[in-house]
Amino acid sequence: MKGIVKFVQGNEACVEGALYAGLDFFAGYPITPSTEIAEHLSLRLPKGGGKFIQMEDEIASICAIIGASLTGRKVMTATSGPGFSLMQEALGYAVMAEIPCVIVNVQRGGPSTGIPTHVSQGDVNQARWGTHGDHAIVTLTASNHQDVFAMTVEAFNISETYRTPVVLLFDEVVGHMRERLVLPEPGEVPIVERLKTSVKQGVDYHPYLPREDGRLPMSDFGGVHRYNVTGLYHDMWGFPSDDPGVVHGLIRHLMDKIENRTGQLARFREFYTEDADCLLISYGSASRSARHIVERRRRRGEKFGLLEMLTLWPFPYDLVRQKAAGARYIVVVEMNTGQICQSVRLAVDRPERVFLANRIDGVLISPTDIQRMLHVIHGRGV
Amino acid sequence: MAMKDYIRERFFPHLWCAGCGHGIVLNGLIRAIEKLRISKSDIVMVSGIGCSARITGYLDFHTMHTLHGRALAFATGIKLSRPELRVIVPMGDGDALAIGGNHFIHAARRNIDITAIVMNNRIYGMTGGQYSPLSGYGTMASTAPYSNIDQSFDMVGLAAAAGATFVARSTTYHVYEMTEMIQEAILHKGFSVVEIISPCPTYFGRSNRQGDAVDMLKHMNKTTIPIGSTAKEENPDLIERGIFIRKELPEYCSAYDAVIHRAMEGK
Repeated sequence: MKGIVKFVQGNEACVEGALYAGLDFFAGYPITPSTEIAEHLSLRLPKGGGKFIQMEDEIASICAIIGASLTGRKVMTATSGPGFSLMQEALGYAVMAEIPCVIVNVQRGGPSTGIPTHVSQGDVNQARWGTHGDHAIVTLTASNHQDVFAMTVEAFNISETYRTPVVLLFDEVVGHMRERLVLPEPGEVPIVERLKTSVKQGVDYHPYLPREDGRLPMSDFGGVHRYNVTGLYHDMWGFPSDDPGVVHGLIRHLMDKIENRTGQLARFREFYTEDADCLLISYGSASRSARHIVERRRRRGEKFGLLEMLTLWPFPYDLVRQKAAGARYIVVVEMNTGQICQSVRLAVDRPERVFLANRIDGVLISPTDIQRMLHVIHGRGV
Repeated sequence: MAMKDYIRERFFPHLWCAGCGHGIVLNGLIRAIEKLRISKSDIVMVSGIGCSARITGYLDFHTMHTLHGRALAFATGIKLSRPELRVIVPMGDGDALAIGGNHFIHAARRNIDITAIVMNNRIYGMTGGQYSPLSGYGTMASTAPYSNIDQSFDMVGLAAAAGATFVARSTTYHVYEMTEMIQEAILHKGFSVVEIISPCPTYFGRSNRQGDAVDMLKHMNKTTIPIGSTAKEENPDLIERGIFIRKELPEYCSAYDAVIHRAMEGK
């Protein structure tokens, strides 16, 4: 990959990825540790004719981007824990009305105001189940700036392909740390553009009638087709319906379009997993420390491996089961009380072999922390 | 165009109770748009949740039925994205001023070119008659069985103080006046608010012994007066109708175009 080399914060890498993907509308509200995303976009977006608006709160921010998306824009908002909590109702609206949007959550410690300037990965399950009701969601993460860029582009591509909100779950360390980022040339990374309807003016357009492949071609608000959008269960015209057949059909469609593509949506990196005796599973900034341990142990001839998850939801159960099949120990490294560990236990054949190595005090988990926990897991004492 | 060219017959019959004022507002809205000869495809109507919010589905525009209280936030995204579209936001009093109060004052402060039509029936109708921020002290509601102790807002004063550049009030009794105000509000460049007092005989009327729908309409006529009427001096409880604020201030989307211009020049 050749291109412009930058030395940037993770939040800036996210901005670069979003602009590369075609972001042209952003609404947000200041909150640590995500604020730099809004600051940079307020500077960058209007230079390309895009729009930036600072709304009165996070609820308004996500509502504004959903509205703008309906008119044909590629949209994003960025926040952290408390703001992400406020966004949950509208996130469900985007799920229900199938409106593409990207929501960045640069995680800090919670619950409540928590520990705003320190790292955490405590919002993993909130990203999955934060909004009410059964639903499917896509959540991506990254541990380094090149992947922050790549996953941000992916988030837009997935969001546009499946007409779904996509959550980008970064963390304070990744967001604020500075490192090298190589910007790909335009065209080097594929960009998905929204599928537009080919139905001509004057012909009855069914905004919510999926094609055979499950995709829904859109018509921009303000264009030739006038239709209704609602958060209520609705028929193929977008009109509210409480017909049990319509309700069942829609919830299945919303679940299946994501969950049936779990394998396709699984993004990950692996290091020495083929013959790993001890498999570490990690993501985000925690996986940088996990990788350090794996490299060190491999140099000593010990069979350590790392599965770094980039897609957290839908959880890639089959992938994790497969990669963990040959391992005697599976150690999940994360900075919460075991939110991904729980899913890993559900995925693997022998859940008693799954251990959690974590830190929940606002401090980045270090290789030494993991080392100490590995001693305990292997019965060697602290 | 005929009235029926503006509605989606597929969506009827509507869900409003007999005697509800919201149908009169729907009628006034269509007549205003017809008089202005705005193309149906140039209008985006965004609503929240409640009886009033259902107005969007009945109309053949680009329509978005969103979340309780959040219509103006969705509408802000649509308008800023596509300033050439006419964005109209019908709301109820609870929708606009309780759960959506923050969005209401900030949309007014930005002076974004959106027309907010607030149907004030002084009650939460869809959930069965709970008191709203406009029910008023001493009224009865299903959640105020010992009479309401909440003071109410003056929506006109609030909108004006928040920076709305067009603020008007009418009632569903004064249909022609209401229609003209909606017309002027749509034409106004900036954030416009039209409060329309609309009767809810099913809940507010029944709980507060105001009689049937006709009695409530007559009551509106008796309790309101045009701005500046001398009757107000004798009876300060009378509610004024008319256009309270009409002024020119920079509109948000135009101001953002200037931001784009400055950003591009600085490249």
